[in-house]
Amino acid sequence: MSDLDLARLQFASTSIYHFLFVPVTIGLAFLVAVLHTLWFRSGNPEHRRLARFFGTLLLVNVAVGVVTGLIQEFQFGMNWSAYSRFVGDVFGAPLAMEGLAAFFLESTFLGLWVFGWNVLPRRVHLLTVWLVAAGAAGSAAFIMAANSWMQHPVGYTVDATTGRPQLSSIGAVMTNPVFVWGYAHVILASLVTGAFLMLGVSAWYLRRRQHVELFTRSAKVSLAVLIPSTVLALGVGSQLGIVEATYQPMKIAAAEAQWETCGPCSFSAFQVGGGNEDQDPTKIVEIPHLLSLLATGTLDGEVQGLNELNAQYQQEYGPGNYVPNVFIQYWSMRVMAYLGSAAAVFGLWGGWVLWRRRLPEARVFLWVATWAVVTPFVMNTAGWMLTENGRQPWLVQGLMTTADGVSPSVTTGELVTSLVVYYTAFALLGAVNVFLMLRFARRGLELEPDEPAPADDDAGPRVPALTF
Amino acid sequence: MTLPTLWFLIVAFLWTGFFVLEGFDFGVGMLHKVVGRTDTEQRVAINAIGPFWDGNEVWLVVGGAAIFAAFPGWYATWFSAMYLALVLLLVALMARGVSFEFRGHVDAHRWRQTWSWCLAVGSLLSPLLLGVALGNLLAGLPVGSDEEFTGTVADLVTGYGLLVGVTLVALCVLHGATFLALRTDGPVRERSHRVAAAVVLPTALLLLGFAAWTPTLSDAPVVRSVLPPLVALAAVLAAGLLVRARREGWAFGATAVAIGLTVVSLFANLYPDVLVSSTDPADSLTVDGTASGTYALQVMSVVALVLVPVVLLYQGWTYHVFRRRVSGPPADAAPDPAPGPPAPLDEGAVR
Repeated sequence: MSDLDLARLQFASTSIYHFLFVPVTIGLAFLVAVLHTLWFRSGNPEHRRLARFFGTLLLVNVAVGVVTGLIQEFQFGMNWSAYSRFVGDVFGAPLAMEGLAAFFLESTFLGLWVFGWNVLPRRVHLLTVWLVAAGAAGSAAFIMAANSWMQHPVGYTVDATTGRPQLSSIGAVMTNPVFVWGYAHVILASLVTGAFLMLGVSAWYLRRRQHVELFTRSAKVSLAVLIPSTVLALGVGSQLGIVEATYQPMKIAAAEAQWETCGPCSFSAFQVGGGNEDQDPTKIVEIPHLLSLLATGTLDGEVQGLNELNAQYQQEYGPGNYVPNVFIQYWSMRVMAYLGSAAAVFGLWGGWVLWRRRLPEARVFLWVATWAVVTPFVMNTAGWMLTENGRQPWLVQGLMTTADGVSPSVTTGELVTSLVVYYTAFALLGAVNVFLMLRFARRGLELEPDEPAPADDDAGPRVPALTF
Repeated sequence: MTLPTLWFLIVAFLWTGFFVLEGFDFGVGMLHKVVGRTDTEQRVAINAIGPFWDGNEVWLVVGGAAIFAAFPGWYATWFSAMYLALVLLLVALMARGVSFEFRGHVDAHRWRQTWSWCLAVGSLLSPLLLGVALGNLLAGLPVGSDEEFTGTVADLVTGYGLLVGVTLVALCVLHGATFLALRTDGPVRERSHRVAAAVVLPTALLLLGFAAWTPTLSDAPVVRSVLPPLVALAAVLAAGLLVRARREGWAFGATAVAIGLTVVSLFANLYPDVLVSSTDPADSLTVDGTASGTYALQVMSVVALVLVPVVLLYQGWTYHVFRRRVSGPPADAAPDPAPGPPAPLDEGAVR
């Protein structure tokens, strides 16, 4: 492997790993805020137990999400110094704003929420959990704006002396259509992730007939979020596909393994072969007109093929191969879309079970719900592989290739060292995290008995319980 | 004042704020096994920083991102040059960051001690490595005219960088001890007093070395080069007296000034450079040479000048909310009838 491959492998694996936790924190923060609100309105202590129980799951994931996010923040400079030097003027601004506007909010108010039970006034305490949810969702906004700029650079001019892009309109960066649709997609996917997790844990208890009433409530809340989120995520995702087809036609053509220009185009639902070395795959299932509809919004729309696009790019940017890895594109697209559709069907199934008031007895549904917890993680990972692999060989579409962005001063030995160190740390973190999550999911409520209410004469600011 | 200079000040402010705040977290992390003999005592120490540490760590994230946004060349050269040191730093920050969360979740002695050690070692390595990285900005790294690092790992180990690292570790210990003396009660508070009193002298000696060495590395006027480290030294000595007088709030204020001014000294001596080249002073990275364009800096100035005060307000409010001393499980702590705003009947109201 070359140094470039090692640096790419490191960035890809550390960001995929980081993004296992990010959607959990965004989605679960929202759901915990909903549970807390239910308690605030109903005064029912069961809701409070649920909020605290799922709040603990949230905390474990935030801890791992924060520390793996630190690597991302440092990695641009450490491994991609040429890139950082080149784009910092535009790309750095959203990152700095992310910290100032969102990270501070999320982490400070998370501390207030966790330690605020019995300390803060009820209304203020409720506000803190919503600010945590807002901070989590807000941080995704800025990082998505930065990422979308790499997919579709807008709002910049090229400096005449340095040849580097310079920010000329922050408004354009924050209204980039790739960002608007991509951000909506990420938030919806995070809600789906959080809802799957909460539903899975609830189903686990329901199958064991423990706390049936309690976890029927949380299952209802998660299904109420899951059903609209999966449907909306599919719709927004397909719109994002159309937007990307406009600005990054290569990405979408590669996702369909469409080598030649077509119109109307059929959709290859399943095929064998069709990688970069095989332009004539064996198509097993084809659906007429569907690709035209997905990529252009019309039944007979024309979709440009990879070969034609590559020829265009060679004319525009000089000789080279501008086709990304087609195999990864084709399958990450399908894994995401098929699982997304299955998730929507699953949500409707859950809605039907709930409507028939059979949730606690629906053994099959509950069994599936427990194991379906892995689905959103696979979908999220596939989605990121689709969008990031599809940008290759560009680091910033049309402005800088990935090969030109890597740190020239970092040696092979250093790269191997950091890879081994990160992988070891991630394996340990992952193992402990899964161990704790399973432990909590199974024993959490026993570990957290309802606390006795403090005496009414306990005036003055109270000391929070020892949380850690 | 030019925009790049304003942003140099903002960066210096963020890094100073980081050490003033996270500095006592690092100290508590290093000390929690020293001031806490039993598991409960160790938990008291950890819970003293419980609501704050995560928010404090964001200062580092923002400090790094501000350099990326305002001085991309500085960010690129510094971070890629310090590569292996930063890998170690990230592992240290990861280890201590998850320790807080993981430690309390399983009630078993070995489990807790494992995470306690991760917390202590991570909290020691973090300020040490950050100090080396900051010190090297001033001590100089081999950087060519293309702004790229040309050295090896051995070039990262400079005498001055190590001095800054060790000095910051000592300051964090002292700062953490005065924080615990202020925010805990019982045996943890008493032991923190003793730790603070014991580390004052070594810390002062390290700062003396820092105050003597730092001005020799820059041409800055005396006000910027000599004065800040000397005031930091005075603040450490004052902290020693205040600890002895049991003026805990003032002692904590003095150690905050000491660690803050130590970081300020670095930036004050660095300006107008941002990273000194040991290859050729002409190749040093400068504030003006690495700054982003005017428009980007203007946009970020507006954002920073609006948001930083807001952040300071709500973080300050957090410290106000959790101003009571931590002493142990609520079962052991008698309700304190101290004066204060009447607490709302939250739990009682629903039962």
